[in-house]
Amino acid sequence: MTDGTALATSARVGAAMAPEEARPGAGRQAMNAALQPTLAELSRPGRGGGKVPHPPADALARIPASALRSAPLALPELNEPEVVRHFVNLSHLNYSVDSGFYPLGSCTMKFNPKLNEWAARLPGFATLHPLAPDELAQGTLELMHELQEALAEISGMAAVTLQPAAGAQGELTGILMIRAYHAARGDVARTEVIVPDSSHGTNPATASMAGFRTVTVPSAADGGVDLAALKDALGPHTAAVMLTNPSTLGLFERRIVELLDAVHEAGALAYMDGANMNAVLGRFRPGAAGFDVMHFNLHKTFSTPHGGGGPGAGPVACNERLAPFLPAPLVVKAAPGSYRLERPEERASAIGRVRAYQGNVGVLVRAFAYIRAHGASGLREISDDAVLAANYLRQRVGQGYELPYAGPCKHEFVASGRALRQATGVRTLDVAKRLIDHGFHPPTIYFPLIVDECLLIEPTETESVETLDLFAEALLAILTEAHDHPERVKSAPTSAPVRRLDEASAARKPELRWRPMTGAGTPCPT
Amino acid sequence: MNVPEDLRYTPDHEWLRLESDEGTVGITAYAADELGDIVFVELPAPGSRLEAGSTFGAIESVKTASDLFAPVSGEIVAVNEQLSGSPELINSDPYGEGWMLRVRLDDPSALDALEDAAAYRTRIGAA
Repeated sequence: MTDGTALATSARVGAAMAPEEARPGAGRQAMNAALQPTLAELSRPGRGGGKVPHPPADALARIPASALRSAPLALPELNEPEVVRHFVNLSHLNYSVDSGFYPLGSCTMKFNPKLNEWAARLPGFATLHPLAPDELAQGTLELMHELQEALAEISGMAAVTLQPAAGAQGELTGILMIRAYHAARGDVARTEVIVPDSSHGTNPATASMAGFRTVTVPSAADGGVDLAALKDALGPHTAAVMLTNPSTLGLFERRIVELLDAVHEAGALAYMDGANMNAVLGRFRPGAAGFDVMHFNLHKTFSTPHGGGGPGAGPVACNERLAPFLPAPLVVKAAPGSYRLERPEERASAIGRVRAYQGNVGVLVRAFAYIRAHGASGLREISDDAVLAANYLRQRVGQGYELPYAGPCKHEFVASGRALRQATGVRTLDVAKRLIDHGFHPPTIYFPLIVDECLLIEPTETESVETLDLFAEALLAILTEAHDHPERVKSAPTSAPVRRLDEASAARKPELRWRPMTGAGTPCPT
Repeated sequence: MNVPEDLRYTPDHEWLRLESDEGTVGITAYAADELGDIVFVELPAPGSRLEAGSTFGAIESVKTASDLFAPVSGEIVAVNEQLSGSPELINSDPYGEGWMLRVRLDDPSALDALEDAAAYRTRIGAA
């Protein structure tokens, strides 16, 4: 595709199916078609799916003329089965943890237990109004309070806010708390935040959004942070250091004590990006190690759904030093056996509210269900199994791909397609696309940036050894194919609903306006 | 990988071509290839200052985003306006139509601090 049009159009033209073949399948609306017609395209004048009560005869007369539309609203007109089929067929185009293995590194795409869904749908949680007074929300408040306590226990921290809606918002919350902490001490010279070169891209973005300058320090040869380089970068201008442990290379930071000592000696605070907590539950408590503040990704570690754009939840945990600055309101204990939200102005040092109402409460219910279903020993077992699965898969993938870092990994590992590219011209991007033809969601690629032709693979604890074997065999088969028939790998995927998308044109010349589908095989109204 | 003999290079893969006291700046073919399809480039306005080693802009590809680092200090006299609409020129012609800006050097001898083609070739492991 080189015609410079946006994703949707590229995908249509790139469909695996010839237009003529679409006709016989027309009765079963485009099960195999690349894209579904939109509801607007399926619309027929006068069609509908229900009876709307007629308004009083003089209804229009009662509305001020200035508030009346001059033209009717262009709503699609369809009957109920058309609408249901439209969305069910769209859902068939989706790939999810419910349909297959999803080893997206640094994302912890574990299975989402259906028990969590039952809990979140209990009417007391699902129908509670966000403005309900505390007296009517006791069950939800108690759950939130217990979740605050559980996350504090897991992290070795003193206090927790559940408000942030995602990991990146958790980061911003934590860094704003650090800014408020330094400001409260009158220490306004601290204008820099240090991040390692293996950090998540959200770390420097967070620092920048909070008004700090980002300083990047390199990794040492073993994949950990270079202690000497960190010490060089630290100084009276350092507000915080943001570390991810285990790192995005899937490695536990062996010099964590020395690193945190150096940070604190410089008068700075230590933020931990908790995206990789699935590796260390019950084994490593960031607060006990000396971190001052961290975020959790409930939608990673604690099995709440993600990958479809949310909602997520990124609670922030901190030690006593930062607790006064946590966003308000927290859930606190009131009279014995009852709970309440902090009152406005109750804690004057709070950085304020970071999310409307109390955050994504439905997600909090799911995470709480997961934590209580497993208990302390179960959570530790989860991490142990996640690490075991990653090390098993690492050994299998290492039979064909380079492993840039020696030794065992934690919950994920990096492999490199550098030698493959040099030998065959096949890039890691091509390998990832070919995995789609093998029925797998590709892993994260080209991240972390410090590894050439990088694959970042995270299997999680919820996959069987048979699944891990099948995935490794697919990767190794692609390796052989790249040598024998490189063009097949470079032109993948061939079995997906759409072929390779023209990402460059989509980014350079995005076409954001909907246009009707045209051409044979599409039920486009003329 | 194309590394022209008449250019000077930074460790961050920018190149500089000096003509009298004015230099043209871009990124190398190696950098463009590593970035992949480039989709966006942000450049400073003509008349603003370049400080050697400091960030002067940003470049984004389908794969990643990266800062651009000034090879020398000086005043920017021209910016390649074509790149805002056609960033792919950096991929197709990194040393020609994909140029980014022209700078009047504070000190033309600053060139000596940059790598020559042979040193840069060694850095990127090119034959």
